[in-house]
Amino acid sequence: MNPNKILYLGAEAEIKTSVYLGLSAVEKRRIRKSYRIPEIDHMLISARTKEESKLIMEARIQGVAVPIIYDVDVENGIITMEYIDGHRIKDIIHRLTEKERKRICEKIGDGIARLHNNDIIHGDITTSNMILVDDTIYFIDFGLGCKDSEIEAKGVDLHVLMEAFSSTHSLYPQCFDYVLDGYKKRFQGDADVICKKIEEIVRRGRYRT
Amino acid sequence: MTICLGIEGTAHTIGVGIIKSDKGRCQVLSNVIKGYHPEKGGIHPREAANHHATYVADVLSDSIKKAGVVFSAVDLISFSQGPGLGPCLRTVATAARALSLKLKKPLLGVNHCVAHLEIGRGTIPECIDPVLLYVSGANTQVIGFAEGKYRVFGETLDIGLGNCLDKFGRSLDLEFPAGPKIEELAKKSKTYVKLPYSIKGMDIAFSGLLTAAMQEKKQGTSVEDICFSIQETAFAALTEVTERAMAHTEKKEVLLGGGVACNMRLRSMVETMAKARGARFFVPSRNLCVDNGAMIAWLGLLMYESGIRMTIEDSMINQRFRTDMVQVAWR
Ligand SMILES: Nc1ncnc2c1ncn2[C@@H]1O[C@H](COP(=O)(O)OP(=O)(O)O)[C@@H](O)[C@H]1O
Ligand SMILES: [Mg+2]
Repeated sequence: MNPNKILYLGAEAEIKTSVYLGLSAVEKRRIRKSYRIPEIDHMLISARTKEESKLIMEARIQGVAVPIIYDVDVENGIITMEYIDGHRIKDIIHRLTEKERKRICEKIGDGIARLHNNDIIHGDITTSNMILVDDTIYFIDFGLGCKDSEIEAKGVDLHVLMEAFSSTHSLYPQCFDYVLDGYKKRFQGDADVICKKIEEIVRRGRYRT
Repeated sequence: MTICLGIEGTAHTIGVGIIKSDKGRCQVLSNVIKGYHPEKGGIHPREAANHHATYVADVLSDSIKKAGVVFSAVDLISFSQGPGLGPCLRTVATAARALSLKLKKPLLGVNHCVAHLEIGRGTIPECIDPVLLYVSGANTQVIGFAEGKYRVFGETLDIGLGNCLDKFGRSLDLEFPAGPKIEELAKKSKTYVKLPYSIKGMDIAFSGLLTAAMQEKKQGTSVEDICFSIQETAFAALTEVTERAMAHTEKKEVLLGGGVACNMRLRSMVETMAKARGARFFVPSRNLCVDNGAMIAWLGLLMYESGIRMTIEDSMINQRFRTDMVQVAWR
């Protein structure tokens, strides 16, 4: 793989290919934003770099497929991690049959439940932040994540995915239900309480008076 | 040529605007706005509705006079059907229905949030397919057109930023609305006090920011510093969410709307963000940014010309009228 090739230039970060001790890797570097004051810029970039790498490491320990973290440079906002050679869910979901879609979505739900069982809140569960390799779903981009045991946080976390499905993949309305099916099977707490919470968030967020 | 009269009244403002279409562009003939400013405390729905009922006739005749048209020249009546405060919406809907019956002209109820976006597209020639950052008292939403509908990409999970600023303003005994005063105070400081910055995906929360700001005030932190820090924190979060929506939808235009869009610091942040992305930045004139009747009239006209019709029964108000419930036949 060609090192230092920009793989992706996002709103928040730049992803470059790289090599770490002979292994193919990516560097995720957070971009400084001139619209915000340096205090906020620095605080967000270093906090998110630190938090993201910490959460990825912890998710891995809990059996969720995530990239291996090779190096973290908090000051410059750079995480060097394993290169995941696969396809983003966003890019392949429309190519799947309904049956495959169901299976993949249930797996997504399973992964989210594993995170939530350990109070890991991803913070930005969208179909761009999951990569499918063979039959494994890798979760990436924990940049807006945190640790939180509250039902509220878990509900909001799932709600983000629900929104992503309804805005980006509105052609596949059942996807989120499949995700919840997978979630319910793996989640150790009371999944119905979380589902109720999602309904409440929908009411209060999008249906507010 | 069609002339449309629009009545706005979702919250604290009653407004009547008269517009006509000129080669697909919106030409504003008049746009009269009257705000309800409670003496003490926040906005009370019942009192705001009484205010609207008291002034709607005056605002209406004023608007007709300023437009230089006669009532019989109006071809269409539209009004803000929602989202908003029930009593206010009902007052305005009743006025609109009465006018429609009296003039024997068709009636259309329109979505207030979509109107904020369409008035930008209608009055700014280069503004074609923007992401709208709509920030007012009760509403804080990032909206864009995708897959045949207006969709909300991000929004507040608790309170609107305007309400957050007003609540903080009230603790300082500032006049309502407090936004402009906070903007002035913020200009006097460059000292940042750390306040909670809360984004979940593309959604934002402000109640933690408000609580922390009140706490700082109790602890004696300078008011100017807090105002500066509230603005920097809240606006940076709004700008970040807007940028995410632009990246997500691959749109190259951003439009501001809502009363808070008048804030120069917010404008400059969003503009800086847009420039860095090679995107264009737009903001309508002040009277078209705040709640106003002209935007309601313009959306009514767009809907009418695309073939949408409503009976009196269809014109029921909807306090929770969601942006993505709107049938978009004109795009
Ligand atoms: N470890 C990785 N392996 C392979 N591709 C990656 C990896 N991390 C990120 N990417 C690619 O870069 C994109 C952006 O990365 P992400 O961490 O989601 O940044 P952002 O916060 O900007 O969304 C991803 O959608 C993915 O395509
Ligand atoms: Mg991402």
